[in-house]
Amino acid sequence: MIQIQDLKKITDYEWEIPKAFRPDMRVPVRIFATHDLLIHISGDKSLEQAVNASTLPGLVGYVVVMPDMHQGYGFPIGAVAATEFPGGVISPGGIGYDINCGVRLLASSIPAEAAAPYISTLATLLNQYCPSGVGKQGVVSLSSPELDRLLREGSRWAFKQGYATESDIARTEENGCLEGANPAKVSARAKERGRSQIGSVGAGNHFVEVDRVEALLDPKSAAVFGLQEDCLVLQIHCGSRGLGHQVCTDYVQEFQAVVRRYGIDLPDRELVCAPMDSPEGQAYLGAMRSAANFAFANRQLLAHSARHAFEETFSGKLKGWQLVQVYDICHNIGKLETHLIDGSPLKVCVHRKGATRAFGPGAAGLPPEYRETGQPVLVPGSMGTASWVLAGTEMSMLHSWGSSCHGAGRMMSRSKAKHEIRGEALRHDMQEKGIQVRAGSMSGLAEEAPSAYKDVDAVVETVVAAGIARKVARLRPLAVVKG
Amino acid sequence: MTSFSLANLPQPAQGGRKDIKMYNYTSMDSMESGFEELPHTADWAVRVWAGSLPELFVEAARAMNTLSGVKPAPGPRCQRTIEANAPDLESLLVTFLSELVYLVEHEKLAFDIFNIDIQDTQLKVTMSGSSILSLSKSIKAVTYHNLQICKTEHGFHTEIVFDV
Repeated sequence: MIQIQDLKKITDYEWEIPKAFRPDMRVPVRIFATHDLLIHISGDKSLEQAVNASTLPGLVGYVVVMPDMHQGYGFPIGAVAATEFPGGVISPGGIGYDINCGVRLLASSIPAEAAAPYISTLATLLNQYCPSGVGKQGVVSLSSPELDRLLREGSRWAFKQGYATESDIARTEENGCLEGANPAKVSARAKERGRSQIGSVGAGNHFVEVDRVEALLDPKSAAVFGLQEDCLVLQIHCGSRGLGHQVCTDYVQEFQAVVRRYGIDLPDRELVCAPMDSPEGQAYLGAMRSAANFAFANRQLLAHSARHAFEETFSGKLKGWQLVQVYDICHNIGKLETHLIDGSPLKVCVHRKGATRAFGPGAAGLPPEYRETGQPVLVPGSMGTASWVLAGTEMSMLHSWGSSCHGAGRMMSRSKAKHEIRGEALRHDMQEKGIQVRAGSMSGLAEEAPSAYKDVDAVVETVVAAGIARKVARLRPLAVVKG
Repeated sequence: MTSFSLANLPQPAQGGRKDIKMYNYTSMDSMESGFEELPHTADWAVRVWAGSLPELFVEAARAMNTLSGVKPAPGPRCQRTIEANAPDLESLLVTFLSELVYLVEHEKLAFDIFNIDIQDTQLKVTMSGSSILSLSKSIKAVTYHNLQICKTEHGFHTEIVFDV
């Protein structure tokens, strides 16, 4: 395993594994972390996986890994890598099985104190209207042509059906739709898996959470984002469900032969890839974009359902219950973006696997109201702990492919968490702290215990100190709904 | 062809590392069938071993069923057949296990009796199961991460990482 002493220190918050570390590396690896976080990070295979990721053909700049990084498969979680377009490759393993797993944040004007008597009811209704957990189905049933339209249009499909506002669309990364989706490249099996799951949260670390805005670190930006101190907000964390999982499964399997065809040698079969301008690469791009659009539509339907829960809970009792979208971000995605390399603009395919886009002020693609602040960057903490709203910076565009961290980052295996933590006891502890919990599985809850994750405050401090994001607001949970 | 039944699930072995459960009939050295959970930060990983390749595939299915808590319901049984061609044995294994993932998730079916025939890189499985009685965890996908089926003088072993 790679040790801290193998790393070259750039600053207290930035380290490098040089390209010379291993002969098959094509670019260096840059790690955003403090020394203390590196102690956790070096306890699993994430650094080795980052080095493996650096062997992909067509990589430019360096592979970046965020302070919430941890062992994955193929890429580590928390990695960002850019391949030159069109000559470089695209790797499904660099995006992940849960394509466009991401987070949506919506804000209300309900003061938390006034809402306190209603939080339990709200949690119950969210649990009811936003299906979560193993085997839970979605809320709409779609015909094949309609599903294909959804895969092409993403959130825009939801808008046409009356599930979204114009503001929701504008305040979603890529306006809730990756252009160039090709539903014909999504297998029948993937569509079967996804068709029955639209409007559902899933299980694992996915959740719907009601928070209170605990502190405003940048009141001016917070006001632009629509965040008010001590008011309720809602986070939704989920992705493309079985459809995305199957798309990645299909293409990782297909690309096993593709890499041999193109003479690409890789240290991990999960890193298989295809040249972006090849028929195989284009097929995956079309399918991946379709899955990403599915996830955008999924989070949109969940937001719609959550709005019903807020209305039913608060309408006629409190004012300001309407939820206004702050932003919706992806953290497992592959996108064509233009970045400066040695001062010159270059079109690249940015693979983000467990990392969030963090575009700075003035960046193209941001809604007009966010051009001065930079993009909201949503960082959910581990269950029961704080979450953060950050803003992207110009430095992120220069140093981290316009990216930042995506969460607290696991540091304990699921098996160890299940062994050491009792879900019932955890739920009791959270409720003692005033956090309503609706969970479908106690062992699933135990796996997501805060002690299984790094300290989100330390992760955020690192990206802020490195200059790739800045603090806007800190959130505290009041209710957690998960499978 | 080889038939195996999951009618009597093994209990975890006593002692040893408490964060790794071992489900083994005999030790890996003698290469009878078995599997053990391996630590992985965010996903699931298992090491599987068996005296023959078909047995390895069955143990991998058992491992996956055990980790996800899949139990078939008593009552009417159903039969399914999987036939697959793949460039290599690892791809065959991923194909087989991925099919089980799909059947659990989409058709709500759990399979616990397998007849497996492997000829070069061609697979035929006839299996018996029923509707799901219980399921505690979803497996999103079977990965190729570090997947290598190794042959020794005693049999076969491999390590599989599942995305959960």
